[in-house]
Amino acid sequence: MEILMIVTSGVIIAVGVYLLMTRSILRVVFGIVMLAHGAHLLILTLSGLQQGAPPLLTEEAASYADPLPQAVILTAIVISFGITAFLLVLSYRTYKVHQTDDLEELRGNADE
Amino acid sequence: MSTLHFVALAPFIMAVLIPVFYFKFRKIHTGWFVLPLPLVLFLYLLTYIPAGGDPMNPVLNSVPWVPSLGIDFTVYLDGLSLLFSLLITGIGTLVVLYSIYYIANKNGEPLHNFYVYLLMFMGAMLGVVLSDNLIVLYVFWELTSLASSLLIAYWFHKEKSRYGALKSMLITVTGGFSMLAGFSFLYVLTGSFSIQEIIAAAGTISGEPLFITAMLLILVGAFTKSAQFPFHIWLPDAMEAPTPVSAYLHSATMVKAGLYLVARMTPVFGMLTEWFWILVIFGLTTLLWGSISAVRQTDLKGLLAFSTISQLGLIMSLLGMSSAAMHYGAAGSEALYTTAALAAVFHLINHATFKGSLFMVVGIIDHETGTRDIRKLGGLMTIMPVTFTVSLIGLASMAGLPPFNGFLSKEMFFTASLNVASMDILNLETLGFFIPVAAWTASVFTFLYCMIMFVRTFTGKFKPDNYEKHVHEAPAGLLVSPIILGGLVILFGMFPNLLAYTIIEPTMQSILPGLLNGGEQFYVNIYHWHGINAEIMMTIGVVFAGAAITLNLKKWQQTFFFNRERDPLNAVYDSMLDNLVTGSQIVTRAQMTGRLRDYMVYMSVFISALGLWTFFRYDSFAVDIGAQTPVPVYMYIITAVLLISTLALPFVTHRITNIVLIGVVGFIIALLFVIFRAPDLALTQLLVETVVVVLFLLVYRHLPEIKKESVKGWSHAVNAIVAASVGIFVILAGLSVHAMRTASDITPISDFFIENSYTLAGGKNMVNVILVDFRGLDTLLEVLVLGIAALGVVTLVKHRMKGDEDV
Repeated sequence: MEILMIVTSGVIIAVGVYLLMTRSILRVVFGIVMLAHGAHLLILTLSGLQQGAPPLLTEEAASYADPLPQAVILTAIVISFGITAFLLVLSYRTYKVHQTDDLEELRGNADE
Repeated sequence: MSTLHFVALAPFIMAVLIPVFYFKFRKIHTGWFVLPLPLVLFLYLLTYIPAGGDPMNPVLNSVPWVPSLGIDFTVYLDGLSLLFSLLITGIGTLVVLYSIYYIANKNGEPLHNFYVYLLMFMGAMLGVVLSDNLIVLYVFWELTSLASSLLIAYWFHKEKSRYGALKSMLITVTGGFSMLAGFSFLYVLTGSFSIQEIIAAAGTISGEPLFITAMLLILVGAFTKSAQFPFHIWLPDAMEAPTPVSAYLHSATMVKAGLYLVARMTPVFGMLTEWFWILVIFGLTTLLWGSISAVRQTDLKGLLAFSTISQLGLIMSLLGMSSAAMHYGAAGSEALYTTAALAAVFHLINHATFKGSLFMVVGIIDHETGTRDIRKLGGLMTIMPVTFTVSLIGLASMAGLPPFNGFLSKEMFFTASLNVASMDILNLETLGFFIPVAAWTASVFTFLYCMIMFVRTFTGKFKPDNYEKHVHEAPAGLLVSPIILGGLVILFGMFPNLLAYTIIEPTMQSILPGLLNGGEQFYVNIYHWHGINAEIMMTIGVVFAGAAITLNLKKWQQTFFFNRERDPLNAVYDSMLDNLVTGSQIVTRAQMTGRLRDYMVYMSVFISALGLWTFFRYDSFAVDIGAQTPVPVYMYIITAVLLISTLALPFVTHRITNIVLIGVVGFIIALLFVIFRAPDLALTQLLVETVVVVLFLLVYRHLPEIKKESVKGWSHAVNAIVAASVGIFVILAGLSVHAMRTASDITPISDFFIENSYTLAGGKNMVNVILVDFRGLDTLLEVLVLGIAALGVVTLVKHRMKGDEDV
């Protein structure tokens, strides 16, 4: 199952990178969201899948899933949520000011 | 820590106190507070002069700085260091005294800047000549460049000052870098940064190919600092500095740092044929170029600048010639071979005295008349008699006339060039003849520019209309320093043997250490009359040729090279600087397109290329198909849905479909968290995903439909390839990590958390315990990040801009 998940997260990340390179601001935000998903899945997969009980001591199992990557991912989920929210509002603002969501039109002069 | 360490550090300590003196005692010229320091240092250093003609015993004292890298602040005082330290502190004293009267304490003149820079230079220069460690020497060396640059730009409101400062900085610091590379090579060869240890090892490393490279790199540093052709162009522009600075840094001390380095390195590199020829050829070229250029200057300081360049070239070539003695082994200690070293040291001292006094005199003329232009000056002989007398002494010495010290060293220069030309080594039997020829030709021009300065400034008719102020003799305070230096010119001219075994012989020992057994000394006896020989004939020839040209000066001034005052090599420097700017602009414009997509491509390509190259380089790719958890059937279905939603995302333009796809991906990720035994993650993901979807919907209200991408086909293809390569890199890295993890059977560090989360933190949910307890500070900062993001959101939504702001 690890290899399947690694490939899946690789595909998600590739799609995220592809979206980052598109012209529409919203798609760039999609790209960020996808990158985050791929990264989270990858970290979890690399720590080993389905080895032991959930990391709750109340389960009283012989072994537990590794809690440390989960803590890291939890932090990452929250941070990426913050970024997504900020980027969304930023794109809203950009559209309000410039009346375009096309990054090609939004680019500055070459001299700047 | 010895007293000598403090000698180098004292000026820095003093520099820190200068602002206090300046702001607390505004009425008193800050220079008076500075003056005692170099004087005390000078008197202290005098005590190191060997008494009674005994050989000098070098002093060595080390303080560890970065011992792990072999970098210690080691002071080493031998004849060469002593000579330079005395010059730095002695001339320093006179220059400070002179500057007190030169830069008046009025009109808010930033005297504290001036003296801080000057003290910084003094300390750095003492550090250069006292340090035995190459890295410490380099640090001080660059500090002198910095101080010099700051002093040139002292009157920074002037465009030319800034230009000169930048130029000197760029040229000398570039040379310094090259020198650092040379030092590093020496370290690679010998394993030591200590000059004395490198000298001891010189014989064993001389065959290495890096040895010559090190020599060339170090010489670039020395040549840039000592204004050798073709790097000399910074020195004339450095004349924008206040005249005390020109007298101190740009004639007596800093520009001689390159000579110091060459003299210091002679025991290391002296046996190389290249060393001899590079020094002689570049030295003589500089000598000729400088003296010829000096003739056509109309600014007195410009004339002195080119004169300094040429004299530096003279000493440089003498140092090259003195290395020839090393090829003769013990026989090299005979006077026939050591004359060059003797002449180099003696002329170095003489140049400091007469050029220092001449710079100060020019400063006085500038100060009292308001101009340094020889086309306006004239007839000052009777108006400024003291200034005139001092100039006459300095100019006669520089021109090489008896009985002044310049005559003695110029005679020795001729002797050395004739001696070298008669040697039968280093191809000198075929090429040596041109050395005396160049020496004689340059001396004619030297005589000529001395005459020009004398004739145009002091003789002729005095025209009061040429000056903006009333011209009169300078105040006594301004005259003291040049008079002292002029007095030394006469003293050393009359009694040159005062210096023989006190300064000159110990210095020669430092330059040519291998030739003598312990306790032996070089024979130094300097006297005026050697009988009718080739040297005296050369001098007489110089005087006659020079006088003849001076008499026909009008005719000569019609010729081509008289008409251009600026050095033609400046065009090279200026165009290099211009091309650097335009070149940087081209490079910047080529990559800084302002397109987010291009930057993303750069980053993605770089990351995947770096990663893939690392796999290839360290052959670290690994796959382990065996060690896997079995895949239940429902996982295939879930993964298929996830992949289809993901892959569809780039192709869908309908907004609601997009949000549905994003939602599907997010919720399936949450589902996977559940399957993979991560309940906390699943909960968080569910919550966040819901909010994100709502947010998207909110923003949709205000944003337009997503248009189909309308870019050229190949651009799409590039994007796809780049994205795919990043994906492939991620997959490869993931597979390798997985294989390595199963193969090496590591124990994860999380066992600690599993064992201790209840006993140490009292929580049974390990993930939560890690977040709020073990890694509590991280979570706190995470909250901070969220807070900042929230603030940003609020500001962007609430803040109403009118539309004409520059966003």
